[in-house]
Amino acid sequence: MTPPVLLDIDGLRVSVGGRPVLRDVSLQVRSGEIAGLVGESGAGKTMAGRAVLGLLPDAARVLSGEIRFDGTDLLSLKARAREALLGRDIALIPQNPMTALNPVARIGTQIVDGLRMHLGLDRNGARARAVELLQAVHLPDPESLLRRFPHELSGGMRQRVLIASAFSCRPRLVIADEPTTALDVTVQKQCLRLIRELQRQHATAVLFVTHDLGVVAKLCDSVAVMHGGRILEFRSGDDIFRAPRHPYTRALLAATPRFDRPGDTLVPVSAEVLARLQEEVDVYDAAH
Amino acid sequence: MSTMRHTDPVLPVLEARGLRLHLADRAGARWFRKAPRLEILRGIDLSVAQGETIGVVGESGSGKTTLGRTLLRLYEPTDGSLRFEGQDITHAREERLRPMRARMQCIFQDPLSSLNPRHRIEDIVAQPLLSFGLVRDRSEARGRARQLLERVQLSQSFALRYPHELSGGQRQRVGIARAIAASPKLVIADEIVSGLDVSTQAQILMLLREIRAETALVFISHDLSVVRALCDRVLVMHRGVVVEQGATDAVFARPEHDYTRDLLASIPLPERDPNWIGSA
Ligand SMILES: Nc1ncnc2c1ncn2[C@@H]1O[C@H](COP(=O)(O)OP(=O)(O)O)[C@@H](O)[C@H]1O
Ligand SMILES: Nc1ncnc2c1ncn2[C@@H]1O[C@H](COP(=O)(O)OP(=O)(O)O)[C@@H](O)[C@H]1O
Ligand SMILES: [Mg+2]
Ligand SMILES: [Mg+2]
Repeated sequence: MTPPVLLDIDGLRVSVGGRPVLRDVSLQVRSGEIAGLVGESGAGKTMAGRAVLGLLPDAARVLSGEIRFDGTDLLSLKARAREALLGRDIALIPQNPMTALNPVARIGTQIVDGLRMHLGLDRNGARARAVELLQAVHLPDPESLLRRFPHELSGGMRQRVLIASAFSCRPRLVIADEPTTALDVTVQKQCLRLIRELQRQHATAVLFVTHDLGVVAKLCDSVAVMHGGRILEFRSGDDIFRAPRHPYTRALLAATPRFDRPGDTLVPVSAEVLARLQEEVDVYDAAH
Repeated sequence: MSTMRHTDPVLPVLEARGLRLHLADRAGARWFRKAPRLEILRGIDLSVAQGETIGVVGESGSGKTTLGRTLLRLYEPTDGSLRFEGQDITHAREERLRPMRARMQCIFQDPLSSLNPRHRIEDIVAQPLLSFGLVRDRSEARGRARQLLERVQLSQSFALRYPHELSGGQRQRVGIARAIAASPKLVIADEIVSGLDVSTQAQILMLLREIRAETALVFISHDLSVVRALCDRVLVMHRGVVVEQGATDAVFARPEHDYTRDLLASIPLPERDPNWIGSA
């Protein structure tokens, strides 16, 4: 049985300073599933994630479309109602574990504050829950960790703390924007496993933004391939990797080096494929 | 195919034996005592010949960048030996190294960030030719620079532009043009495709495949897949030690060391495998 759609982005068009950055973006994330949003830099992945979080830059304009969360259109929600959702029902795992944490606040304070604010726990209750969370992400000696400052932790530990705090208020949706890009591969794998584990436990929906087709192949239930502010194909992960349909998806796969294949099998994305995409974008922009 | 290319069985361009390096640990310094010395490179053996490309892989902090800098004699080894074109340069002074520097070049992740943003691309590429006195005058240098830009598939219009006007991939092409300008015997490339999109990365790798026959190339990267695409041999570093080295195809098909196996098992290949992620 397919679980219900929790996040439904429908025909979203956004421009920044008059320049289109999202062109009719539509995709759905179901409860308990991880949807991958993959593409090269500048594709519009971060913009799409930010639109859901209501964190678009000041110069951005939503031209049309809806973002429905459990049936409610986030875009027409009053600021207060929307803020109440963020952090509690919708959480973010940011890309850079170095800058995402407040450098002058202890780890404990940063997690405990969120728990008190969103779950209404008292100090002791929030502290106990924070310890549980750090245990859940397999961090050793959580009690003493709560007293440490971010710079005393390795990049991998910081990212686990961010994963723990994203899941801390039992959100229904997590937006993860390149959460493992800055990490070594062994640490990345641990963090991916952790996200998978927590997400399964709580049936959380995850929108996972990345440039890495490998990560998407291993992690995501469904996959949206993005380029030039457009979703080129959005299908189940099994379908996309068994039979990639869009020429750009196929080209990206052929241009991705693999340690299990000799170097001369690598094929750069052809000028024809890129020219075709540009042409389609031009046609779209002319029509809007 | 990369493994079938013929390389002269002559003297290696660069040869390191038991290379050790200690650096001061700034974090451990106190007012009453000197900073303790950390052993960053702990006995590295490496040799690379003309036309050969050797990959240096390992996780961050394993010592790859420090090794690259030591091979270029930007650091003086504490122990072991380093030979360039047969000459012992382990402890050579800068005056002796200076004439050799034209023949050993390096490229970094962002090759233009360290350069004057007010210089035109043609002057950036021409700079080694001028500073090593390999051309008569600036106009000859600029002429050569334009040929080099063509070599790295940048049109002539780039010659008069400035670094900030270029994309990441274009900058990397300029970095390569500048590095090969003085026809070096050795090029050390440190994470030069790391920040690039796959489509750009693939183009830069193709370009490197074209120029690698002319020089000895030490290609440093945390990305083992990229190394497989380019390198004849690979050297796996872990905490300042080489845990494994050999022909790239052989090492990646049959890794002997647990650390290499761990690294390879952690790389997500773009194909479905529900068991890959495992459980904690
Ligand atoms: N703060 C901003 N102001 C204006 N344009 C922006 C801003 N951030 C991103 N853009 C533009 O929006 C487009 C999409 O960017 P982004 O969503 O960051 O792409 P991705 O995350 O896929 O790399 C790009 O063309 C980028 O230049
Ligand atoms: N100038 C320096 N002084 C002291 N320690 C250093 C210096 N540069 C690097 N290190 C240390 O040497 C080790 C190897 O670093 P590096 O060569 O940059 O590794 P990699 O390039 O593989 O990430 C690290 O532990 C790093 O902290
Ligand atoms: Mg982004
Ligand atoms: Mg490095």
